[in-house]
Amino acid sequence: MAITDIKAFAHLSAADIESLGHELDTIRRDVESSLGAKDAKYIRRTIAAQRIIEAAGRATLFASKKRWAWLTGTALLSVAKIIENMELGHNISHGQWDWMNDPEIHSTTWEWDMTGTSGQWKAAHNYSHHMYTNILDMDDDLGFGILRMTRDEEWKPINLVQPVANLFLAALFEWGIALHDLSAQKEQMGIPPTSFFPPRHVVNEPNKAFWRKAGKQAAKDFVIYPALTGPAWKSTLKANATANLIRNLWAYAVIFCGHFPDGAEKFTEEQFENETQGEWYLRQMLGSANFKAGPAMGFMSGNLSYQIEHHLFPDLPSNRYPEVSVKVRELCDKYDLPYTTGSLGKQYLLAFRTIHKLALPDQWLKRTSDDAPETSSERKFAGISLPSMPTWNGSEWLAEHSASDWLAEHQPHWGLDPETGERRGLRSAMQEAKVALKEKAAHEKQVLREAKATLQEKARTETALLTEKAQRGGWLSRKLRRNG
Amino acid sequence: MASKSGGFSVRGLREWLEAPVAEGGTAGRTPLDTLRGAAARITTPLLPDDYAHLINPLWSARELRGRIVEVRKETADAATLVIKPGWGFDFKFQPGQYIGIGVLVDGRWHWRSYSLTCPPDWSGDPQHKGKRLISIAVKAMPEGFLSSHIVSGVPAGTIVRLAAPQGGFVLPDPAPDKVLFVTAGSGITPVMAMLRTLDRRDTVPDVLHIHSARTPDDIMFGEELRELHERRPGFTAHLHLTGEQGKFALADLDEVCPDWRAREVWACGPLPMLDEIEKHWAAAGLADKLHVERFEIERNATAEGGTVTFAKAGRSAEVDGATTLLQAGEGAGVRMPFGCRMGICQTCVVTLTEGHTRDLRNGKEHRAGDKIQTCISVAAGDCTVEV
Ligand code: FES
Repeated sequence: MAITDIKAFAHLSAADIESLGHELDTIRRDVESSLGAKDAKYIRRTIAAQRIIEAAGRATLFASKKRWAWLTGTALLSVAKIIENMELGHNISHGQWDWMNDPEIHSTTWEWDMTGTSGQWKAAHNYSHHMYTNILDMDDDLGFGILRMTRDEEWKPINLVQPVANLFLAALFEWGIALHDLSAQKEQMGIPPTSFFPPRHVVNEPNKAFWRKAGKQAAKDFVIYPALTGPAWKSTLKANATANLIRNLWAYAVIFCGHFPDGAEKFTEEQFENETQGEWYLRQMLGSANFKAGPAMGFMSGNLSYQIEHHLFPDLPSNRYPEVSVKVRELCDKYDLPYTTGSLGKQYLLAFRTIHKLALPDQWLKRTSDDAPETSSERKFAGISLPSMPTWNGSEWLAEHSASDWLAEHQPHWGLDPETGERRGLRSAMQEAKVALKEKAAHEKQVLREAKATLQEKARTETALLTEKAQRGGWLSRKLRRNG
Repeated sequence: MASKSGGFSVRGLREWLEAPVAEGGTAGRTPLDTLRGAAARITTPLLPDDYAHLINPLWSARELRGRIVEVRKETADAATLVIKPGWGFDFKFQPGQYIGIGVLVDGRWHWRSYSLTCPPDWSGDPQHKGKRLISIAVKAMPEGFLSSHIVSGVPAGTIVRLAAPQGGFVLPDPAPDKVLFVTAGSGITPVMAMLRTLDRRDTVPDVLHIHSARTPDDIMFGEELRELHERRPGFTAHLHLTGEQGKFALADLDEVCPDWRAREVWACGPLPMLDEIEKHWAAAGLADKLHVERFEIERNATAEGGTVTFAKAGRSAEVDGATTLLQAGEGAGVRMPFGCRMGICQTCVVTLTEGHTRDLRNGKEHRAGDKIQTCISVAAGDCTVEV
């Protein structure tokens, strides 16, 4: 079962986690107090650039019957939609630019170029997802209700179609998100999910807002713009659909790289119940994953390549994440915590692997939710002895005691490396666990091999014995036959 | 197009076309609304304004904007700003009202309110060649970060944000026959709009204006007052220099203005002066003849806690400096919007319309015009939020 006690999992004491929290608070305050004209210029320029690129793309598509124009226009429109979605819509709605006090660039007024309304998205994303990040049954972004992304969730036969569901989700991402957000808002408002189709069926505020927005968006891209381009309507329609598709795929990939590669941990409600501010920070750190990106790719991902930093400080301006990431990494070193990152391709492949693996029933999988690549728990360290830590006496011990008891008992003996004096936390524990687990496995294999050899040996002796017996028996029978 | 055919009307069509701009913009109507509304169908979810203002910042009615076209020194520490408003500004305000103005300083918009000093719709003035302009006067306050910034360094050409004119300190039309203005310092600014309006309407009744300033150099619009005094027989300007004569004593009123009891009075100036005037008029049983305007006092928010007023709900609560506004509102039975309660989701954001609050996370102070997160904000003195 996913992490129920983040202290035990992280191999940090409550005091450590608290001081980690204070250091993160300081990072936040430093950024906040240094915000100024340069940052404001950054977002205003981004907005202007996005609008110019979009206008240029739309204009080019008037000539979209020509192949070059179609390609150029589609490319420009895709880029514009991606910037609008990630660096503008996502980040402004997070309140990252509210500090400017600009009514037009503010979380309360910004509306984005996506099927769903910004308001519903904010309720589902800013609140549910960012508050309950990666907590089973509380964070609906964990698989978006259609994918099984951790083996903490029970397998159902429907999960077999996961590979196909994944493709649909990727291609129609904005619709998936819109419906997801709609149902999240209904749930928050206590409205039953039931049908959401118009007209009279179920008229409620969230449904109305959803259809109004979706209608406007669809009309713009699939009716009005094509109609405006006259004879080029067909190619314009195709271009608009393609740009939406490209934006969807990109957004999907970025989001999936943020929480589903190996190392992005999942948590239980037990962990959440009595969570301190420091533990909240730690959960965000351990639940998120980055991917390596240069300035251009960082920009195109809305700086969500810095997902860890974003989850720690969702409302700090995105252009500051690169500098924040340097400090966060320093903290990871100091507290010996893992900092999950890798190339975009690698991170996506890890998520992709999980999607396909978890389509299968658990019996076919080797690992459990305590030590799987996509989710583990403090029990991962049970039953193995790590060089820098005292032995954890197995799950029987855990069954009778809580992990924090164990911690309380053992804390004084570890945390600092006796030789180097450095803090030993989760990162060392993970590495050592990996080695220890491998050794354990090797050892078990060895034992098995030996047992097998013994058995084989035994079998061989027995066979020999039998043959001998049989030979003797043969001799006897022959003798008897002859005598008879 | 037929004006009406089978439930279809030009008006209905126009309303349909204008619908997106009606819901998207906060500024008033513009003559271009039908066009903007039609264009909004292709710029959705944005307004055409969002593209237009990239070319000219004034081409937007999403929010009221203006461009400072002239900065005129009035005294050593006061200046008049002449502003050309953008789309959607309603020039039909009343003399005496004030506007909100947002100025960009170091990446952040700062909002303050200042009285309009111009008469409504003065485009007819030959002096302004038909341009639709407004003016405000700003006096630098010793503690006033923004007023000093404006007076000492905002260049012409600067784009500012505007909030629609408001306020009940206004001169009715027609004006009463007998008027008394009592002002001091920058309290003269709303009265200046009233005087100019009367002058423009060519109907200056019997007006006496008592104005106090420290020295002759501190008198804002001194030249204009003198000129008006000479040109308009009905208008008398009585200047009182506090540097030489001390504070204007209301006991002297009978001498300066023997018929003050018969006059409708507008008074604007520092708080102690207004308090005194209010007492004086109340004692004379003439409270209903008196109109006062209290300029918001600059306060630094070292204050902890205070009375929080929830404007829309019509409730208020006394709080200390540790209770968040969200808790305070809930305690007072106000339906407060909230999500995470820890400052990350922005669900609880409301506008602070009066007073100061402090952000618990970084200690930063917010003031009227700012949008604040109630879940991490506490009152720094009395304040009002729009919820
Ligand atoms: S309730 Fe979430 S930011 Fe205030």
